[in-house]
Amino acid sequence: MPEPYTVVIGLEVHVQLLTESKLFCGCSTRFGSAPNTQTCPVCIGMPGSLPVMNRRAVELALRTAVALNCEIPHFTKWDRKNYYYPDLPKGYQISQYDLPLSRDGWLEIMVSPLPSGEGPGVRADVLEEGPHPNPLRAPTEGWSGEGTSSTKRIGIIRAHLEEDAGKSMHDEAAGKGDSRIDLNRTGTPLLEIVSQPDLRSPEEAKTYLTELKLLLNYLGVSDCNMQEGSLRVDANVNLHINVAEKGTAPEKGIVPLLLRGQSPFPAAEGIIATPIVEVKNMNSFRAVERALAYEAQRQYREYQETGRKLGEAPKSTRGWDEASQTTRLQRSKEESSDYRYFPDPDLAPVIVTEEEIEQIRADLGELPAALRTRLEQTYGITPYDSDVLVNQGRPLVDYYIELAEACGDGKLASNWVQQSVLRTLNERQIGIAQFPVRPAALAELLSVVKSGKLETVRARDVLQAMLETGKSAAEAMQALGIVEVDDAAVEALCRELLDANPKIVAEVQAGKEKGVGMLIGQAKRKNPNLNAARFRETCLKLIQGMN
Amino acid sequence: MSLTRAEVEKVSLLARLLLTEEELGWMTEQLGAILEYMALLGEVDTTGVEPMAHAVEVSNVFRPDGVQPGLDREAALANAPHRDAECYLVPAVLGEV
Ligand SMILES: [Zn+2]
Repeated sequence: MPEPYTVVIGLEVHVQLLTESKLFCGCSTRFGSAPNTQTCPVCIGMPGSLPVMNRRAVELALRTAVALNCEIPHFTKWDRKNYYYPDLPKGYQISQYDLPLSRDGWLEIMVSPLPSGEGPGVRADVLEEGPHPNPLRAPTEGWSGEGTSSTKRIGIIRAHLEEDAGKSMHDEAAGKGDSRIDLNRTGTPLLEIVSQPDLRSPEEAKTYLTELKLLLNYLGVSDCNMQEGSLRVDANVNLHINVAEKGTAPEKGIVPLLLRGQSPFPAAEGIIATPIVEVKNMNSFRAVERALAYEAQRQYREYQETGRKLGEAPKSTRGWDEASQTTRLQRSKEESSDYRYFPDPDLAPVIVTEEEIEQIRADLGELPAALRTRLEQTYGITPYDSDVLVNQGRPLVDYYIELAEACGDGKLASNWVQQSVLRTLNERQIGIAQFPVRPAALAELLSVVKSGKLETVRARDVLQAMLETGKSAAEAMQALGIVEVDDAAVEALCRELLDANPKIVAEVQAGKEKGVGMLIGQAKRKNPNLNAARFRETCLKLIQGMN
Repeated sequence: MSLTRAEVEKVSLLARLLLTEEELGWMTEQLGAILEYMALLGEVDTTGVEPMAHAVEVSNVFRPDGVQPGLDREAALANAPHRDAECYLVPAVLGEV
């Protein structure tokens, strides 16, 4: 039975932009240096120091905003967000309040039309060799592959440029002691990307994050490394519970919620919205998915126990606890969310012209969505296949394109890249640039496979030999003693086995074609180079001829 | 435009200033007087005047993205009330309630 509610999710994603130096000073942004060795008077908030904007950070932010289909206002400025926290030495964060550098964009994601809970339906031919190897992302769960996926636009409220805070470290085990503060990260440029509450399930949230990360990857604006904190996710989640069905009087005048003062987020009549919870501390996309699934169930339970609706309890913050797989209530940073924003008098506003935006647009390059479409149209592969390939990053796509062009069969090339190539990359922990067999050499092997003269299983052995010895396809086949089996040899073998097994012939004549399969094992023992499919076809043809 | 005592209490909390009852009294009075004085600006007729986002008419002040030497750690930690060999020390920061 489906749940009597809809999960409503909006995500705030912070990505660290790939700059050498910090947003307002020349300190390095390098990760992993000894604590407090990358600071200066500007980023640790010494009186009298003055911030100066990093041009590259603004460029990367604008590049992302344009790729997210945002409007780029002509004029943008920076504001001080005031709060006290030990990792914030100035007592305020330089951020953007009412005039962010971009707003009102969207990102398209692929969603399954199936209601969640019907389980993943990944296509069997891709699962042939087990779960997908070495993905930048795994194929989207719950997505049923060919022909059944559809796209959905997730609104972007805004993307703005701000500075990061420092890092506080506390040794929980040591008990009460002090927290240690490292300010190396303070002032690192972050782009905060705020989505509309358009996501309707934890799976959709994960899909959105995966697509966003892929886009940032193609744009080259961030390394998106969650372990190093270059991509962080906070989620706002609540439920819209359908109460009309149970005969409850429809709720009148539900107060529209303003998410970050931007987006009206009303519930319709007959629908009750639960108080919004902000979930933090999620260290992977999988954790986001699990935390949201947990939170949805928790909120429903809480609603059943307390009947509390949106507006009857303040927005709360909960942290995801990986160990217990639950969310826990957190102390909020400020007693009041009164940040007393005001324009930073130390920073000049930025004016962006139409020409500059057009230049950025022209320089974006081919982005994932367009690339998928091109692969599908040019090489005749399915949306599922183009998704898997594009998700591996541009260098792998380039390898694929070269292979498909050289062997003249996009579908075959796609299967081999997804199975053999990716598996090897995964096993050897290497990138496609280090893959020893270049597209032209692999294409030579695929041409033999395509002709039907070499079985896929044997061809994989050949590729393995090519990988190990650096030989060409022809040389490797020779070394393995693989000879192409000609039609006459296949036919002779079929006749021999059919003559020896009249029972199977009779079965096939009675309509049970499966019987032929029993002979394949024997045939392969007699000639390991035999192509099973060809053997099967030839047998069936011969039996037909016997009628 | 005058301040209430509750407003001053809230602002002092946000500023992490612990004011005595007596201080709250005269702070409310003095801060209120400052705001009243500033309210004079409200009498200027601003019809047709574009609001400004910044006091100076400059824009697009950038620096190139390059690393410059900063402070060495000893200098950075020099004024810290509490520190260890590497870090500033502060009273425990714990996420959970
Ligand atoms: Zn600095």
